[in-house]
Amino acid sequence: MTDSTFKRFVEVGRVVLLKSGPSAGKIAVIAEIIDHNRAIIDGPTTGVPRQSFPYRHLTLTPIALTKLPRGAGSGVIRKQVEKEGTVAKWESSTWAKKRAAMEKRRSLNDFERFSVMVTKKQRRDVVRKTLAKAA
Amino acid sequence: MGLKEFQVVGRHLPTTNDPNPKIYRMRIFAPNEVVAKSRFWYFLRQLKKVKKASGEIIGVNVIHEAKPLKVKNFGIWLRYDSRSGTHNMYKEFRDLSRADAVKSLYQDMAARHRARFRSIHILRVVEIAKTDDVRRPYIKQLLTPNLKFPLPHRVGKSAATFVAHRPSTF
Repeated sequence: MTDSTFKRFVEVGRVVLLKSGPSAGKIAVIAEIIDHNRAIIDGPTTGVPRQSFPYRHLTLTPIALTKLPRGAGSGVIRKQVEKEGTVAKWESSTWAKKRAAMEKRRSLNDFERFSVMVTKKQRRDVVRKTLAKAA
Repeated sequence: MGLKEFQVVGRHLPTTNDPNPKIYRMRIFAPNEVVAKSRFWYFLRQLKKVKKASGEIIGVNVIHEAKPLKVKNFGIWLRYDSRSGTHNMYKEFRDLSRADAVKSLYQDMAARHRARFRSIHILRVVEIAKTDDVRRPYIKQLLTPNLKFPLPHRVGKSAATFVAHRPSTF
């Protein structure tokens, strides 16, 4: 298979996003494939304990570690992740930023929601005035 | 409902004829101690002239997996009763612990052969040390080096009846 239409593979070193469980919303690395339903994932830098996890509760990301031996231990994964700056790559991706923005939006308290409304109004006002002047 | 591996040790009660009976030890896969002890007597009765009423259990201990985070290939020999006879079988499983592999085995036998827990005897569970010794193709395919595969056309459950966009399948 020289050119696959698929871009994200389940493979050793693939960074995954956990969808459910106590570590939901965190990223981890696939350390070893158990079978077609589960893999061992580990996130030493993101606080995900090494465990078996089903693919159903994972989302594959486009990020993968370039070099990771099969069945690597937590220490090896930590070193590789720190060397390649994987967590920084994830945090700077649009996907992660959108997730963070949604989380912030859902966690706003009433005063913050009011402040958002006020700043949006101010921005809208400036935009309208500039548009009126240009026309 | 996970299975655990128990070490059950028991013997015939001492009698005047035999004041120091032989002690027998079995490794039993069961969900709890109660079932483990019961299965111990079931198997021991088939092998020796002793039953629960004439014997005693000396100890029951859980055997924990030595390396629960290491993926292992298990070969399991079993004997099971089908509707028309009893057969031997050898199956392989790729799992993290002996108890997990045996649990998968029971599920697999129930699905493929409608065999219940009571009809299955686990004869032997062995961790296959060398990859070359794996016999079954469905396990061999997972042992190819640099294995990778996509998750094509993932269908997810939608929380709402109506959504703004069609779902993404990857």
